[in-house]
Amino acid sequence: MGDAMLTIAIYTTLAVLLIAFAVTVWRLIAGPRLADRIVALDMLALLGLGFIGAIALLTEEDAYIDVAIGLALVGFLATVAFARYVYFREFIAQEGAKDDE
Amino acid sequence: MNDIVAGVILMIGALFCLVAAIGLVRLPDIYIRMHAATKAGALGAGMIMLANGVHSLELEVLLRVVIAVIFIFLTAPIAAHLLGRASYLTGVPLWSGTVRNDLAGKYDPLSHDLAGLPVKTKKIKQDGPNDMFPVAAAETLSPSRPKDPVPTGPAKTPSAE
Repeated sequence: MGDAMLTIAIYTTLAVLLIAFAVTVWRLIAGPRLADRIVALDMLALLGLGFIGAIALLTEEDAYIDVAIGLALVGFLATVAFARYVYFREFIAQEGAKDDE
Repeated sequence: MNDIVAGVILMIGALFCLVAAIGLVRLPDIYIRMHAATKAGALGAGMIMLANGVHSLELEVLLRVVIAVIFIFLTAPIAAHLLGRASYLTGVPLWSGTVRNDLAGKYDPLSHDLAGLPVKTKKIKQDGPNDMFPVAAAETLSPSRPKDPVPTGPAKTPSAE
């Protein structure tokens, strides 16, 4: 009884996460600026975390949780690196404009 | 019992993720979008991880789940803060309906320091030591500056004569 309900809940979760994934990908494609796309990428990493958690429940394999921890780490580092890239790109552009003047 | 609780937590987490994604598309401004993605998204992913721990109440699984949840809740605000600061300083515009912007005009556009803070190094860089401490500069600089040239420069010329 509970097992069947858990299976239904897992598949519902996967479907809902798939909708959220598609919606976030729309923002990733349409985002007017680079920072919008980076926010969407951060959200995609969190959604991938959710997928991995749901699949870990479905297969009852504990090792997927380690995969989720690794994905969280990589997603955090990617967001930090992109944020610094956004900042220093503008900064270097300003410095170059000053040198041209 | 574990299965039912885990399923409920899982579906609540998935709903939070869906709300975060909808907010990411519907909200008008990057800062407001970041608000949706960071808080609701981190809560959704954390609840999905928590469902794993509730499902199998073993110590090794619970420990890793708690580590993952703490990691998510620690790093999501840091990443959002870095990204928000970078986009504010590089001039990403705010929504036209923004009511309040406390940081407007407070940032130095070149050094990116907050103007309200008494930053001592900035003043020294801008004005130089002579303008900030005229008396001290006169006392410290005037004896040392002439002393170096006086023995070498003028002292040699009389001896040569």
